[in-house]
Amino acid sequence: MKPAPFDYSAAGDLSDARRLLAGGAAKPVSGSQSLGPMLNLRLARPGRLVDVSALPELRAVAETAGAVTLGAAITHAEIEDGEVPDPTGGWLREAAGNIAYRAVRNRGTLGGSLAHADPAADWLIVMTGLGATAIVEGPQGRRRVAIEDFAVGPFVTALGAEELLVAVEVPRPGAGASWGYWKFARQVGEFAKASAAVLLDRQKGRLRCAVGALGRPPLLLGDPEGLIEGQVSPAAALRAALPERPAEALVLHVTALTRALAQARGGEEGR
Amino acid sequence: MGSEVGDRSGGKGVGARLQRREDERYLRGRGRFVGDIRLPGMLELAFVRSPVAHARVRRVAKPAEGGERVFAAADLTGVSGIRADSGLPGFRSSVQPILAGDKVRHVGEPLAACLAETRALAEDLAERVELDLEELPAVHDMLRARDPGAPLLHEHWDENAFLESAVEVGFEAAVAGAAAVVRRTFRTARQCMAPIEGRGCVAVWDRQLEQLTLHSATQMPHIVRTGLAGCLGLDHGQVRVVAPDVGGGFGYKGVLLGEEVCAAWLAMKLDRPVRWLEDRREALTGGANCREHHYEVVGYAAADGELLAVDCRAIVDSGAYSIYPFSACLEAAQVASILPGPYRMRGYRCRTWSVCTNKPPILPFRGVARTGVCFAMELTMDALARELKIGPEEIRRLNLATPEEMPFTNITNKYFDSGDYPEALRRAVEAIDLPGLRARQRAQDPAARRRLGVGFSIFCEQGAHGTSVYHGWGIPMVPGFEQATARLTPDGGLELRVGVQSHGQGMETTLAQVAYEELGVDPAKVKLVHGDTALTPYSTGTWGSRCAVMAGGAVAAASAALAGRVRAIAGHLLQARPDEVVLADGVARAGGAEVSIEEIARTWYLKPQLLPPDADPRGLEATEGYKTARDTGTFSYACHAVTVEVDLDLGQVRLLDYAIVEDAGTMINPMVVDGQVLGGTVQGIGTALFEEMPFDAAGQPLASTLADYHLPVASDIPAIRILHMETPSPLSRFGQKGIGESGAIGPPAAIANAVNDALATLGAEVAEIPLTPERVLRALAAAEPRRA
Repeated sequence: MKPAPFDYSAAGDLSDARRLLAGGAAKPVSGSQSLGPMLNLRLARPGRLVDVSALPELRAVAETAGAVTLGAAITHAEIEDGEVPDPTGGWLREAAGNIAYRAVRNRGTLGGSLAHADPAADWLIVMTGLGATAIVEGPQGRRRVAIEDFAVGPFVTALGAEELLVAVEVPRPGAGASWGYWKFARQVGEFAKASAAVLLDRQKGRLRCAVGALGRPPLLLGDPEGLIEGQVSPAAALRAALPERPAEALVLHVTALTRALAQARGGEEGR
Repeated sequence: MGSEVGDRSGGKGVGARLQRREDERYLRGRGRFVGDIRLPGMLELAFVRSPVAHARVRRVAKPAEGGERVFAAADLTGVSGIRADSGLPGFRSSVQPILAGDKVRHVGEPLAACLAETRALAEDLAERVELDLEELPAVHDMLRARDPGAPLLHEHWDENAFLESAVEVGFEAAVAGAAAVVRRTFRTARQCMAPIEGRGCVAVWDRQLEQLTLHSATQMPHIVRTGLAGCLGLDHGQVRVVAPDVGGGFGYKGVLLGEEVCAAWLAMKLDRPVRWLEDRREALTGGANCREHHYEVVGYAAADGELLAVDCRAIVDSGAYSIYPFSACLEAAQVASILPGPYRMRGYRCRTWSVCTNKPPILPFRGVARTGVCFAMELTMDALARELKIGPEEIRRLNLATPEEMPFTNITNKYFDSGDYPEALRRAVEAIDLPGLRARQRAQDPAARRRLGVGFSIFCEQGAHGTSVYHGWGIPMVPGFEQATARLTPDGGLELRVGVQSHGQGMETTLAQVAYEELGVDPAKVKLVHGDTALTPYSTGTWGSRCAVMAGGAVAAASAALAGRVRAIAGHLLQARPDEVVLADGVARAGGAEVSIEEIARTWYLKPQLLPPDADPRGLEATEGYKTARDTGTFSYACHAVTVEVDLDLGQVRLLDYAIVEDAGTMINPMVVDGQVLGGTVQGIGTALFEEMPFDAAGQPLASTLADYHLPVASDIPAIRILHMETPSPLSRFGQKGIGESGAIGPPAAIANAVNDALATLGAEVAEIPLTPERVLRALAAAEPRRA
C-alpha cells in the first residue's frame, strides 16, 4: 500500500496553482483524506500533486447580506469550531462536527470533499439541501455552478480538467427558517448508508428536500411542499423519483427523509 | 466496568491486582516490534499476488529491468511447501506452495517475491511483473463445494473436502418422545482478524553461526522454527526464531506463513537481511481469514423443557489449504465435540465437513469454533424456549449441568472439571434485571418502531487442553509438557524463561506473580525471557487459552525447585534446617534471623567460599516441566446477558446494557482477567454486528480496506460489566483456568438472542451474523407475509 511515484508541488497562490495544473495531468490536493488512501491503493496515479491547501484565495471568507462564501480549503474542523462564520446559525457547524471523526476533520476540507463527490459524503448533500453555489475557476475564467449541477455522477463533477473549485457560496436562510439533516451511519466515522437534508425557508421561498447516499449525486425531490405538508409520503416520493429501484433498496433512505422532515418540522422523531 | 472480586492477597502473588509491568513500555510507544527492526543492507520484500481466485499459471514474466530482484516458484530450489496433515482417517492432504507454481487457488496467493531498498520501490517492481493466468471457475460457496462436477482445487482429490466426520450417541432413542422440535439454519460470516500490528518478519543469515534468524511477529516461535526448518531443509540448530514485541495475535500469529519461508530463503540466497511487513490490504484480501461456518441444527425437547437431543450438520469453509500447525480441520473437529457444551442431553448426532474453496485458508481466531458453536447452540435453545413458551433463562436452568454433577462428563465425553453454571445464569439474570426488562417490554407501545430485547448465552471454554485432546482431534501439533526455567541472578533478581510468548496477555506481570508465590521475589525484580528459541525451553506457544495454566504451572514448578535450593543455602547461612526457612518479601527467614535473597544469590555466585563443601552443585537455576493432573483441559465458563434496542426502520441494533458473569477459577491477576474478557467481548461484538468479508461468485474478496471491513469501535461498545465467580479447577496448580478466548465466544449468541427477543412479537428471527441492517430488515420483511 505504497503510492506509485508522483511529483509534488505546493502552490503559492491561485495563478500559481492554475499554472501547475495546466495540461490536466496534475491533480489538486488539499486535506488528502480521500485522495490519500486512493494513492496508497494505487487507484489514483496522478503524475503530480498540486497542494492547494494554503492558497489565500481558497482560505478566504467573504460575507454579504445574502450569503457567506467559504474558501474551498477551509477544513471541516474550522467550520465545526466556529472559526469561520456560519450563515445558517449553527447548521453547518453541527453537520461538520459529525463528519467522520476528528482526525479526518482536522485535515479534510470543504472543497476537497465536494470535488471528490463521494455520493455518501456529508457536504454534498448538506450543500444541496441549502441550495449553495460552487465557485469554479479555470482557464476560461470564473464561473458559478448551482450545487445540484456540480456533481454529475458518483465521484464525477462538472469541473473541467484544469478547473479548480475555489469556494462555496452558502445563502443565508430567512427568518424562521428551519432545517433537518439526518444521516444513517452504522458506526462513528463511517460514510452514510442513507442521508437526507430538508430546508424549510418560507420567507425566502426556499423549500428543498434532498436525499443522499444513493450511489449517485444527491436527489433533489421535485415536490418539497407536498413532502413538508405531508401530502406526499417519503416512500411515495422516493418511489416516484427512482422507479427503477426496488422498494427494499430504499428503506433506509425513506427513514432518513422521514427523520430529516421531522427535524425540520421541529419534531422529536427526527433525533 | 465493575468487578466483584477484590485484591485478596494484599500482596504481589496470585490474586493480586498488580498493574501490568509491560504497559509502561507499550503505552509510551517504546516497544520494539518487527517493524522497528532495521538491519544494515536490509532489503524490503513485496509480493506479486494472484488477482484471481482460481487459475492455471502459464507464465510469471520478470521485467527486463530489475528482474534479478524478482523470484518466482521455479527459483525456490530446495524449498518445500507447507503441509499440515490431520491424523484422522480420510483426510485429503494439500501442499501450500511458498510461491504458486502451476496453479493459484485464492486471491492474494503469492506468485512472485520482489526485493528493493524500500517497500515502495519493491511494489513498483512488483507492478512490472507480468502474469499470464488461465482463469478457472472458482468455488466460492461452501454449500456447493462438494457438488458433483464442482471444479477441483486439488486435482488429485475426488471432492473439495479436507475431511468429513460423524459422531452419534443415543440419538434415535432420545428423539422418540420429543414434544418440541425446532429446525434452524445458522450461518457465521467469514471474518478477518485485525491485530493492530499485522504479520511481518525480518530474516537474516549469520555466516559465523551458520544460522538463520527469523524475527517474526508470532505467537509460537518454537513451532515456527520447526516448520521453517522443515520447509527449508535445515537442522533446528541452523534456525533461530525471535518474536520481539508482538502487537496482538488472536490466532493470526499462530500460523507459519509462506511469506516467512520465502523471506528466510531469500535472506539465505542473497546473504542480506530481508524484511516483509504485511500491509492491511494483504491481511484483508489474502491473509487473516477465519470463522466461516454453516449449521443445520434440529433441537428436540420434551414438554417439560428437558433437552432431549441435538442433531447437527456443520460445514466449515476451510479455504484452499491446510495451514501449519493447526491443519484445515481444527474448526470442524471442535464443532463436533463441543456443540453440546454444558448441557445435559440424551442423544446427539453431528456430521461435519471441512470443505475446500477458492478462498484464503481459514485460520484459528480467538474462540476458534466455539464462537460459531455457541451461536448455533444458544439460538437453538432460545428457539426451543419460544416453541415451548418458556423463558430463555428457564430452558437453560432446566438443562445446565449442576454443581452436584461436577466433575461432569457430557455426551461427547468432555470432562468439566468444576463450576456452577446455573448460578452464573442466575447472577446474569439478576445483573441484567430481567424482570424489569420484561416489565418495560410489556409497557412498550405495540406500534413502537424501536423495540427492546434481552438475550443470554452461556458457554464453556475448554482451555489448556493437552495431548489426548489434540491427538484425538487429529491436529498435527500435539502439546505435551510445558517447561520453564527459573534462575536467580547474582544481584538477587529472578529470570523466568518460558517458551510461550506474550503478545498482549500481560505475562510479564502474571508469571512474575506466580513466581512470587514460591520465591517471594518482588515482581519488579523479575525478568521474563520469552519469544526466543535460543533462550527458552521448547513450547507449542501461546494459543488455546493455555498460558496461565501451563506456563503458570511450569513457572510455579521451576520456582518451587529453585526455592528448595535457596532454602538450602539460607539454612546454611542462618544455621537452620532448610525446611524451617520461609521465603517472603525478598527475604529468607528462620527463627528470628533472616538473610536477603540477594545475599543468598551473591553468596552462590560470587562468594562460594562461604558455602559448605557439600552444597548442591546444581546452583540457583532450575528447569522443570509441568502438565495438568488430567490433560482434558480446564473449563472456564461465562454467561453473557445483553439488552438491545432494534430500530425497525433501520434494522440497526444498539446495545443498551451488557453484563458478563465469568468464572476463570482462581484469578492470578483479576485486572488482567478483566482485560482479557473485555477485549474478547469487543471482538465478539464485532463478530455479532459488523465484521464480514464478502466474496463474489468469482472468489473476489470485496472488503479490501478497513473502510469496507467494519471493526467495532469505541462508540459501539456499551459499559460492559464483568462479575466474577471463582470456582477453582482441581486440575491446575492454583485452581486457575484458561480464560483468554472466553469474551469472544459469547456475544454473537447473546446479541442475536436479544434481537430475536425484540422481534418475537413480529414473528421475525435472525439466524445469520453479522447482524447488519440489511439482514435485520430482511428478517423483518420475511416475517411480513407470516403475520398477514
